[in-house]
Amino acid sequence: MMRILDRHKRDRFADFLFKGVSSFFALLIIVLMLFLFVVLAIESAPAIKAFGFKFIYSTDWNPVRASFGALPAIYGTIVLSAIAIVIAVPVSIGIAVFLTEMAPKKIRGPVGAAIELLASIPSIIYGMWGLFVFAPFLSAYVEPFLIENFGFLPLFRGTPLGIGMLPAGFILAIMIIPFISSVIRDVFLMVPPMLKESGYGMGATKFEVIWNIVIPFARSGIMGAVILGLGRALGETMAVTFMIGNSHDLSISLLDPATSISATLANEFTEAVDDIYLSGLVELGLILFAITFVVLALSKLMTMRFAPQKGRGKA
Amino acid sequence: MSKRYLMRRVFNCAALSGSLLCAVFGIFFLFWILKDVFSSGIGAMDMAFFTELPSPPGVAGGGLANAIWGTVLITGMATVIGVPAGILAGTYLSEYGRKKRFASVVRFLCDILVSAPSIVIGIFVYAVLVKPFKGFSAVAGALALAIIMLPVVVRTAEEMLKLVPDATREAALALGAPHWKVTLQVVYRGAFRGIITGVMLAVARISGETAPLLFTSFNNAFWNSNITEPTASLTVTIFNYAMGPYDDWHAKAWGGAFIITFTVLFINILSRLLLRGRTGS
Repeated sequence: MMRILDRHKRDRFADFLFKGVSSFFALLIIVLMLFLFVVLAIESAPAIKAFGFKFIYSTDWNPVRASFGALPAIYGTIVLSAIAIVIAVPVSIGIAVFLTEMAPKKIRGPVGAAIELLASIPSIIYGMWGLFVFAPFLSAYVEPFLIENFGFLPLFRGTPLGIGMLPAGFILAIMIIPFISSVIRDVFLMVPPMLKESGYGMGATKFEVIWNIVIPFARSGIMGAVILGLGRALGETMAVTFMIGNSHDLSISLLDPATSISATLANEFTEAVDDIYLSGLVELGLILFAITFVVLALSKLMTMRFAPQKGRGKA
Repeated sequence: MSKRYLMRRVFNCAALSGSLLCAVFGIFFLFWILKDVFSSGIGAMDMAFFTELPSPPGVAGGGLANAIWGTVLITGMATVIGVPAGILAGTYLSEYGRKKRFASVVRFLCDILVSAPSIVIGIFVYAVLVKPFKGFSAVAGALALAIIMLPVVVRTAEEMLKLVPDATREAALALGAPHWKVTLQVVYRGAFRGIITGVMLAVARISGETAPLLFTSFNNAFWNSNITEPTASLTVTIFNYAMGPYDDWHAKAWGGAFIITFTVLFINILSRLLLRGRTGS
């Protein structure tokens, strides 16, 4: 009898220990998130004190004179992500429609997998391929065409370098397509079949069902997917660093070299010798992190409703 | 056939062809990139590439052996730190937390951390490990990668553990097994394949990371096994070589890209095959 009681005691203790350890690591995630913000804030404090709000709206980035204005980088990040979203969203919706409504069952799997593999290619490979293969292609064929035919818009002026805001945005679009399309696909799959069938019953064509029933039903999920893509695009670093041209000059043309927050960090962080230079770069990182945090949190809140309700124990 | 009906048919057809084109667009770029990485990278593959140190620019020969070793070392250390922590946190979410408020906060933050910019993680590790100890190191790089893989492992571990039916847990508990034993010997066993796959995917993801290594493990032109010293990695080497002006550097960079891309791709496809029919997707 005593032995059984002893064993029971030991098991109770082991249970307590195991639960404690696993809770600790769960808590670690929260602590880590807090720590990220706190450490970045502490490290950027000197720059925040020295430049104040001028850091955000000044365009003068000159490490030699210790003058740091982040507007070109912030502007670059926003415009770049906007370009990527404008290109990626329609294509992603198209892919999701193809995968859920159009493709025969047999090719759904392989096509879906191929699109998702795009997400597994490392960012640096996109950047390198972009610089060595895609940029020469753009500067030889696409950009001269844009300049010639759309040069009346200030957006498409300049020399066809193959690197700059538009090329970087395009590569970025390809990189975020798999993320956006896979969320949209999941959301489309949550549309009750009964709704679609009543559409078909009324004699609607497939396109009309998608346009009038599936997309309106999935609207907030699609928004969430788009915002997730935006969150991804904002922080993407290596591909952008290769493609954007790294110039702190603010230019309205999408074909001119520019910079983004992430590219500035990748290029200059190891070169920053002064404390204030480093601190300014960390502040850039803090701004980037804060923006992406808000964007990703929004996206999560919007897609939560569509999370597949996996029943426990039905596997 | 009325004109209006015809218009609807035409419109329908155009829209659906559009969606087909979108899928083709995605696949086209996948193969375009893979084709170039393959054809430009295969040329750099020889014995020297895997066994020798980099040669000075302009001097033929040499390899990236130190960078390959560095990537293996840093990724390995990151896995050792990140995977146990991730699996345990995932265990909490699936076995203890379930619908508690605390658990949903952890899930929420994990999902944000998965997509957070990896370069910011690099800055964070720089601030806590590199700056105070006055030096880049492999440990710092490994910590950065571990933080990046942690949320991925947590979420997949939870998903996989959740797939084990509650009835199985109850059966084991009814036999008098304590909760921890049920988790270790019944639930883990049931979810083993899924968790391994998740870990493989997380390793694949971090082995291609560059940004967080730029200012944590930095770079090194020589062999290094001291984990407190700057260490070369394939990705950072690719970055430096591709940005450099020499043709033989570019060739080496393509070689590195070849190894990274096809390793990552191989792991991804393998894990897909392993998981087939397990999660219903």
